[in-house]
Amino acid sequence: MAVYKKIYRPYDGVLTAPWKRFLVIPRYAFEDLHRSRFLTFFYIATFAYPLIAALIIYIEHNLDALKLLQVEGTARLIEIDAGFFMSFLGWQSMLALFLAAFIGPGQVSPDLANNALSLYLARPFSRAEYVLGKFSVLAILMSLMTWVPGLLLFVLEGYFEGGDWIAQHSRIASGLFLGGWTWIFLASLLALALSAWVKWRPAAGALMFGAFFVASAFGGVINVMLGTRWGDLLSMPNVIGTVWVRLFEGENSLSEGGVFFRLDRSAIIPVWACWASLLLLSCVCLYMLHRKIRGREVVR
Amino acid sequence: MANAVIELDGLEVRFGGQPILKKLDASLTGRSIGLLGPNGAGKSTLLNTLLGFHKPSSGTARVLGRDIRSQTREVRGLIGYMPENDAFIAGMSGVRFVRLMAELAGLPPGQALERAHEAFFYVGLGEVRYRALGTYSLGMKQAAKLAQAIAHGPRLLFLDEPTNGLDPPARVRMIQLIQEIRDRGELQLILSSHLLRDVEECCDQVLILKDGHIAAYCNLEEERRANHRFLELETRSASNGCFLEALEKLGCQTAQGAQGRIKLVLPDGIEVRRLYALAAEQNVQIRRLNCKRDSLEDIFLKAMESSGTRQEPRVTTAMGRGDRPEGLSYQ
Repeated sequence: MAVYKKIYRPYDGVLTAPWKRFLVIPRYAFEDLHRSRFLTFFYIATFAYPLIAALIIYIEHNLDALKLLQVEGTARLIEIDAGFFMSFLGWQSMLALFLAAFIGPGQVSPDLANNALSLYLARPFSRAEYVLGKFSVLAILMSLMTWVPGLLLFVLEGYFEGGDWIAQHSRIASGLFLGGWTWIFLASLLALALSAWVKWRPAAGALMFGAFFVASAFGGVINVMLGTRWGDLLSMPNVIGTVWVRLFEGENSLSEGGVFFRLDRSAIIPVWACWASLLLLSCVCLYMLHRKIRGREVVR
Repeated sequence: MANAVIELDGLEVRFGGQPILKKLDASLTGRSIGLLGPNGAGKSTLLNTLLGFHKPSSGTARVLGRDIRSQTREVRGLIGYMPENDAFIAGMSGVRFVRLMAELAGLPPGQALERAHEAFFYVGLGEVRYRALGTYSLGMKQAAKLAQAIAHGPRLLFLDEPTNGLDPPARVRMIQLIQEIRDRGELQLILSSHLLRDVEECCDQVLILKDGHIAAYCNLEEERRANHRFLELETRSASNGCFLEALEKLGCQTAQGAQGRIKLVLPDGIEVRRLYALAAEQNVQIRRLNCKRDSLEDIFLKAMESSGTRQEPRVTTAMGRGDRPEGLSYQ
């Protein structure tokens, strides 16, 4: 059909399946993000750590390379265990936080600022699908940085070590997947909720870091002033670290979590309380989105 | 009613306990329906409720037979919506924006792109379709909003104040586009406006709202036809007394104004030429004869007056004022 046809004609062709229409949003978002050189470079740079980790795993199983590094016998360069993968997840999750702080605020706030929500929602497209579409932008990018390369490293290590190692350490794989998703879910929801309420993008990005670092400091002050340990529930690194340790190592855990996401062994808080605090934060974020994501805002 | 575009069934919408739409009952059947009313009458709220943006506190409505409470998704699939305020995605080019909106409506990417280009040419923005929406003038933004509303080929078009902020040439162009869409007959439209002229030029039926009530509902075409026997004469003679008497004997209802002006309603079966014959017999010159008809402004003002004194809506149709046409019901 020529583009110069200046008539109105109804559409009677096929329609896409309703369940996958939310994927239109990430597709357009990725096209936009790809235009930013800084973000493209940053995103590529985040794969440096997984490549280094893969190299370490390879060297660990290459006798020639170990001889070259003068590591012989039963000595190992680095222990490939739950701690190794938790550190990997910690590093990558911190980079994912930076990514969420960069691109998260640009997800919802421009639509709100320009009243575009009424256009999205005037179509056979629900508020939940809108949030899911925006969420999937962050979730897909963060997944490719965190648990996806983590599981690939696990498979690589399993390939070198054999099936027994995989069976014995299957908890690491589930920990990578569930631990990664816990962080992705929380960080994405937080980024979207802040984006919906704070229209100035730099402020929304700064608040992301504030929620991570300042709330921890505030929790520490509560602990000192009230002589309690429950202030740690405000510390996202501590809460996530506690959850990760449980997911990776089970009940008899000994480690202190991964990089940036460490738990305080001197005043450990129960895992159920950590899950409850994460659930509460998620509910608050969802409520914030519920209040703002509307076709038409009613001003009372 | 099977062919009703919109059926309002005791529709009530409240915000914070305050009723905004008050138990509306109507069945709108026109091809192009105007929603008229002063600011705050509930026009935009009605459109937003039909789109599912506001939940009715009681009652319901049906759009092309689909219930807005239980079939919101289907209803939205049938509608193209052009909102009142600026609504766009800054930084996105015009054609990409319309393509996104068409894809969200369910069109495959290729079809969406093709129709986005067509829609832009159709609304006269073909040359600027690759420019960022944020750089468009107000008139261009209005046209872009119309493009996104029609790109997915809806069956019903909601236009909320489409000429808002447009300069006269841009307004004329927008009205022409709306008339063109209406005349092609492939989709029905609801035009909400507080500008009587816009509604008069684009709509064949009009629903007038006031304070959340239906103040009047009328078919403009039938209204015009119904009043074609209402005449205004400008006469010159020594005395009009005998002429008036003769007119009344003929069965006309008359009223005498100043300077030889006479208003009369011609009874059925009497031709206008009979008036000239009568005037010649009475030695009266008819200098001017106007067929007076109710303008939309008259209808609107009467609706505003009548709804100010009572809640009963005024229904005007070819069957006579106050009569209810079949299929219409009001509170």
